[in-house]
Amino acid sequence: MKRSLRFYLQLAFTVVVCAFLVVPVVLSIMAGVTENFFVGIKSGLTFRWVVEVWTLYNKTIFLSIGIALATLAVTLLIGIPAAYVLARRQNRYTRWIEELIVLPVAVPGLATALALILLYGQFSGFRISWTFILVGHVLFTLPFMVRSVLAVMSAIDLKTLEDAAASLGASFTQRFFHVILPNCRQGILAGALMVVTLSMGEFNITWMLHTPLTMTLPVGLADSYASMRLEIGSAYTIVFFIMIIPLLVAMQWMSEPAKVKPRFLS
Amino acid sequence: MDNNSGNPAKLNTVGIRLNACGKTFPDGTRALEPVQLEINPGETVVLLGPSGCGKTTMLRIIAGLEQPDAGGQVFFGEQDVTPLPIEQRHVGMVFQSYALFPNMSVAENIAYGLKVRGMAEVEKKQRVVEMLSMMHLESFAERRIDQLSGGQRQRVALARALAVRPRVLLLDEPLTALDAKLRESLRAEIDRLLRSLKITAVYVTHDQSEAMALGDRIAVMEKGRIAQIGSPREIYYRPATRFVADFIGSMNRVQGMVDGESLQLPSGLLRVGPRVSNEVLFRPEDVRIVSNGEAQLQAKIVSAFFLGDHTRLILDVGNEQTITAETVDRREFKPGDIVPIAVDSEAILFLE
Amino acid sequence: MKPTHRESLRHIVLLLPALTIFSAFWLLPMARLVSVGASGEMGVSAYWAVITDPRYFSSLVSTIVLSATVTFATIIISGITGMFLQRNHFFGRRFLLATLTFPLAFPGVVVGFMVILLVGRQGVVGSVTEWLFGEKLVLAYSMAGLFLGYLYFSIPRVILTIMAAAEKLDGALEEAARSLGASPWQVVRDVMIPGLKPALISSGAICFATSMGAFGTAFTLATKINVLPITIYSEFTNYANFSLAAALSIVLGLITWLALALARSMAGSTVAAAA
Repeated sequence: MKRSLRFYLQLAFTVVVCAFLVVPVVLSIMAGVTENFFVGIKSGLTFRWVVEVWTLYNKTIFLSIGIALATLAVTLLIGIPAAYVLARRQNRYTRWIEELIVLPVAVPGLATALALILLYGQFSGFRISWTFILVGHVLFTLPFMVRSVLAVMSAIDLKTLEDAAASLGASFTQRFFHVILPNCRQGILAGALMVVTLSMGEFNITWMLHTPLTMTLPVGLADSYASMRLEIGSAYTIVFFIMIIPLLVAMQWMSEPAKVKPRFLS
Repeated sequence: MDNNSGNPAKLNTVGIRLNACGKTFPDGTRALEPVQLEINPGETVVLLGPSGCGKTTMLRIIAGLEQPDAGGQVFFGEQDVTPLPIEQRHVGMVFQSYALFPNMSVAENIAYGLKVRGMAEVEKKQRVVEMLSMMHLESFAERRIDQLSGGQRQRVALARALAVRPRVLLLDEPLTALDAKLRESLRAEIDRLLRSLKITAVYVTHDQSEAMALGDRIAVMEKGRIAQIGSPREIYYRPATRFVADFIGSMNRVQGMVDGESLQLPSGLLRVGPRVSNEVLFRPEDVRIVSNGEAQLQAKIVSAFFLGDHTRLILDVGNEQTITAETVDRREFKPGDIVPIAVDSEAILFLE
Repeated sequence: MKPTHRESLRHIVLLLPALTIFSAFWLLPMARLVSVGASGEMGVSAYWAVITDPRYFSSLVSTIVLSATVTFATIIISGITGMFLQRNHFFGRRFLLATLTFPLAFPGVVVGFMVILLVGRQGVVGSVTEWLFGEKLVLAYSMAGLFLGYLYFSIPRVILTIMAAAEKLDGALEEAARSLGASPWQVVRDVMIPGLKPALISSGAICFATSMGAFGTAFTLATKINVLPITIYSEFTNYANFSLAAALSIVLGLITWLALALARSMAGSTVAAAA
């Protein structure tokens, strides 16, 4: 097929934009496995930076995974019931509630974190525990879970399905577990991936809430960028990439065939 | 839970009685005026009316999906079921959108009501097989819902509602989502089912031919009231109000000067019999094209539509009044022609 | 239809956990933040400090200017790229799309590091310019670095939004305009941009709000750049000036919330903030 000049100009522009995004990623991967980045690849390839990162920062990785899973559990437990009510009751109050729970995303994380510290910072047991960070992550990710589930619930005729189950004699608990949950699993799964991905990468709130003993992966990254050599920072970044790539691929894969996209990403 | 296993044709069906059941929504709109209705055991009553007439609200009150206003009562047989939610009323319900559970196969959908009742596995399986064969769905048992056609879905919905051997069967516009041909064949199937099961059924529709075909009695509803309730024949031949007359089939309305036992029109004298009024109604199929000798009116053809099995004529009878006539006459009618017509006086209706 | 009494009760019970957690850990702390903001030496006027005190005012202005510039640049760049990728199918398109979605999950700190690798002291751009002109081009630790960083995390988001909106554009409108003799540029101006307007407004607002509040990127690049989140952070940690930090963060929160609310009322669709 013959393409016009305009096509090639736009293609070139697009390639430049993509290069802007992808070149630093490639550089960081290279730097993380190069003996000396300043000298270049000719200094040799090595895994010693990755090993060093593991010994220095492996705790942050486990803590991040732990917090992400805990955040997921909490958002599932409180988010799905909330989404259900928001889907079933569409009135002024539920719209208000929907607006309210999005606020921790609309307002900079710094403000949320400061507020939490000012009110709860005095409870030192809470302040130094990982649950303090968990609270921040739950606030920040809850709207994504709620919206993702709500989107699917609004797309199916939830009320009629529930009426049908009730007409067959199912109690509310039976309806919830047999009919509502299974039919929202697309949204639940999409929301869950979103929550875990966001929690793993959350920095703005976490930086304020963390203590030296509760360092998450992004906090550790900031620490390594500031105080370690470039190769270690890069190697650490590779670790982060490896952890989020499966999540991103899963999200991509989910959104394609079913066309159920979380409203936030699109 | 179920005490009459074995023959699916034997159901513990009960009559339904509504006592002063009205429904007012929070915004103040009256969806249903306090209504009195008695449905006999085994009877099929069709609630017929335009959208917004309150027919669906009435069905939902019977089902237990909607609470009547204070003072309203719903009885299933002798039992007052008013305080019971739908899941405790032991009804079968078929929804307009089918409402089949997308996360379950055909067999699982049909088994669901039995499952939540805790029926034993063996008995449950047997009942499902029974329902599948009754609805001619044997080969679809393991299909997913999205692999079914509209008609198949409707049959699954019926099977699912009947599997629990409900006391009453409630159908909310079950055929509306289907195309015309399918509608007709499923209508016949539902008719056969209702007759053979002898189950008390309440059927909501806005389609009058569906109502005529299926109802032992039809309740024609208008603005939250039952305008008339009666057999299809009564409703069609003796409509109680103008609304019923216009809603069921089509109706001609002619005004003229009373002249003895006739109504005088510019096109002639319409014989109406001993009871006269200056306005009379009659149905298009009761207009006969006759020989000049028998003619009561000489009407002028305004338009003629050949519809295959019959021809519909729009006729001018004078004083700027037109009527519709239907005839199986094979003649080719042309606008402008004059046709001699007559209406039998038994076919003429008077309404206030 | 009106829910029954039983149903209402059930719904309240189901909402309660989320509402309790939200109230206890966000509404209450925010109320505290507001009151702390007014509790310093300056009292309630601390809230005006962001305008009256030249230090904070310049920080506010530079943050707004930076965010607005980033938003504008992002929309132009993403508009061209997004429309191109949506309308043309060619070998390698999927690959380009994949490279666009990858940075979506990067936290601000990682974005900052990407900028360092690109235009920092050891960055690739610096090496190239040194080889070409004998002088290293280093931008990372200034406003220019911040600008690039904010572009980095904004572009993918906006491109995906524009592509989703472009997919829903009615192709017949474009064909109709062309059948009436419109030039390609006129088609863009009269059909495509109006059609994409809601998406442009909403993604622009998200981009603006995110840039206003972005902390990680600025934090990684340098703690000396005078943008509002950094100012708040240093007031809080370096000077222990809690009330001022609180007041400034409330002002910042109001600005981002307002930008999103305004965009939503203009675009008439759901504008949701993204991280």
